[in-house]
Amino acid sequence: MASQIVRRLARSRASGIFSSARPTFSDRSFSSTEGAESGLIRATLFPGDGIGPEIAGSVKQIFKVADCPIEWEEHFVGTEIDPRTQSFLTWESLESVRRNKVGLKGPMATPIGKGHRSLNLTLRKELNLYANVRPCYSLPGYKTKYDDVDLITIRENTEGEYSGLEHQVVRGVVESLKIITRQASLRVAEYAFYYAKAHGRQRVSAIHKANIMQKTDGLFLKCCREVAEKYPEITYEEVVIDNCCMMLVKNPALFDVLVMPNLYGDIISDLCAGLIGGLGLTPSCNIGEGGIALAEAVHGSAPDIAGKNLANPTALLLSSVTMLRHLELHDKADRIQDAVLKTIAEGKYRTGDLGGKSTTTEFTNAICDHL
Amino acid sequence: MSRRALPIFKNFISSGGGGGSTRSVTYMPRPGDGTPRPVTLIPGDGVGPLVTGAVEQVMEAMHAPVYFEKYDVHGDMKTVPPELIESIRKNKVCLKGGLKTPVGGGVSSLNVLLRKELDLYASLVHCFNLKGLPTRHQHVDIVVIRENTEGEYAGLEHEVVPGVVESLKVITKFCSERIAKYAFEYAYLNNRKKVTAVHKANIMKLADGLFLESCREIASKYPSIQYNEMIVDNCSMQLVSKPEQFDVMVTPNLYGNLVSNVAAGIAGGTGVMPGGNVGADHAIFEQGASAGNVGNEKLLEQKKANPVALLLSSAMMLRHLQFPSFADRLETAVKRVISEGKYRTKDLGGTSTTQEVVDAVIANLE
Repeated sequence: MASQIVRRLARSRASGIFSSARPTFSDRSFSSTEGAESGLIRATLFPGDGIGPEIAGSVKQIFKVADCPIEWEEHFVGTEIDPRTQSFLTWESLESVRRNKVGLKGPMATPIGKGHRSLNLTLRKELNLYANVRPCYSLPGYKTKYDDVDLITIRENTEGEYSGLEHQVVRGVVESLKIITRQASLRVAEYAFYYAKAHGRQRVSAIHKANIMQKTDGLFLKCCREVAEKYPEITYEEVVIDNCCMMLVKNPALFDVLVMPNLYGDIISDLCAGLIGGLGLTPSCNIGEGGIALAEAVHGSAPDIAGKNLANPTALLLSSVTMLRHLELHDKADRIQDAVLKTIAEGKYRTGDLGGKSTTTEFTNAICDHL
Repeated sequence: MSRRALPIFKNFISSGGGGGSTRSVTYMPRPGDGTPRPVTLIPGDGVGPLVTGAVEQVMEAMHAPVYFEKYDVHGDMKTVPPELIESIRKNKVCLKGGLKTPVGGGVSSLNVLLRKELDLYASLVHCFNLKGLPTRHQHVDIVVIRENTEGEYAGLEHEVVPGVVESLKVITKFCSERIAKYAFEYAYLNNRKKVTAVHKANIMKLADGLFLESCREIASKYPSIQYNEMIVDNCSMQLVSKPEQFDVMVTPNLYGNLVSNVAAGIAGGTGVMPGGNVGADHAIFEQGASAGNVGNEKLLEQKKANPVALLLSSAMMLRHLQFPSFADRLETAVKRVISEGKYRTKDLGGTSTTQEVVDAVIANLE
């Protein structure tokens, strides 16, 4: 603990020399830095629990070999509840993310107990992470039943069905509120179209059930339509959720960018993860107000293989690639992504969950060789 | 005469598998069981009339002891006409094409209204692989039983202040119990081994928690049937990777909608999955998982809607009316047409029109 403080002090003094003048930006800006200039970009790293530290180590190694101008600031989940945040995440960790504007998070196991908020909930509420972006593309060389998946799901992360507002009216009758606000819907729609434009995507589809939930999903659709008018070059369509589910399992190539409220987003994004091979291979990134981006690995912490050098770092690696793209370091992102995909495609070095027998270090070294 | 000989020839040539007709039961009818039963028929909108016309033709060809009372109802009507409700109450059985629900308008869905009026609390979709139809997933045989009256589709919405809208999701013990009871009873009577409850109780602790509690209570009364629970996002992931682990699934309203469409998609598409809505006294049979194709204009113009789903649903209806041999004949004919692969509509990868498929089915009736 003391060494961490010393390291942090030393780094903060050092950063005074290195850090370039960071441009101030309004709330509506989505990228953290305008182009990587000279100087290192500070990023917060939460290695997490279980297999977290091993795969975080892989990421750091690959970034070093790839020469990425990222300087990691590591934070760990504490062992006692911090009263300022009501959870095991310390105030310093949250401050560091707010300051650096980018972060990478490994899998975190929420300790069971009462009197504290779940770690993911804390991060989401404190950092105001309103959009969850999951790019899903089929990994060449890893055969699943679907080979032509290439879509991005953008899910509203703060309201909708997961507001947590439930109560028992009388015995045996429970009500749960689903809340849709204009502000949150506009926010996520804006991000979706900005993302589509920034990454050269042709089409944005809004997923809804407005034929039954006319006012709530109707409001969501209205907001999406408003934003769509500002981007005439991007095709906009609306798809009912049951139609969307069916089309996704029959022909996922039909979709490009999907934007949806919380619950549908949860189900659809996990469905898409299932199409490409599971949560162990899916990258994910959470976008917050003020241009904060927290990339994360959505799989669990797998305590049974922790420390045995058997974990698959692909999800965290691809998430870090998403983080690089957010920072507009596209050439580095492409290099790392190509290296990862090539290694998996070759099939010589694959970890246990992909059907191979390599260790984490072998896999990481193979990727470094491909860089 | 030669038309009759052809299927017999086919019987000799094609061996094993789906060659001969499978008899589900030899049953001893009571005197008077053969009098024609009236069934309410709602052609509906869009491709509805096309596919219900198909069913009518096939029923005629089989000389099945049913006759249809047609009612002209459209999706944009404000309420269900009372004579329709009267007729369904009298006949107890109804066959429905699709009713198109206008998106975002002020009209609440007529499908939902019908269900509420007649208290059809269970919606059933049977998703299974058809022989001869290539899909990415094999060994799919899933029945999704979905609560049909409450949950997210209760329709209780209001605008709190401009820009903030609330929608109520209501879960009651009464409805959760009866859907769980129906699901287990279905599994018991149909020799199914496992019931899976789909939920999101880690987030919606009270609402889905209540649903799960009811399911667990009922599960304890059927010790011979395996019971497990699965969170809905995990469930959708498992459905696309390992669908053979599912047997009967019981879900609240919204998840059931999504899960049934995913299951229908992996097993061959909504054009072939039968299903229906059933309540204590009445039953409405319709295409299983409707993915909003009702209003699809192109299908209507080219008359290429897929009648298979409604034909299989009408076979379910014949069983419900206790005419098992007619149901068997119809199902065998339909399955044979699909497995031969010559007459398939566009959603199954072929180019036939509805009428061609119907003619093929009639030709294959024994």
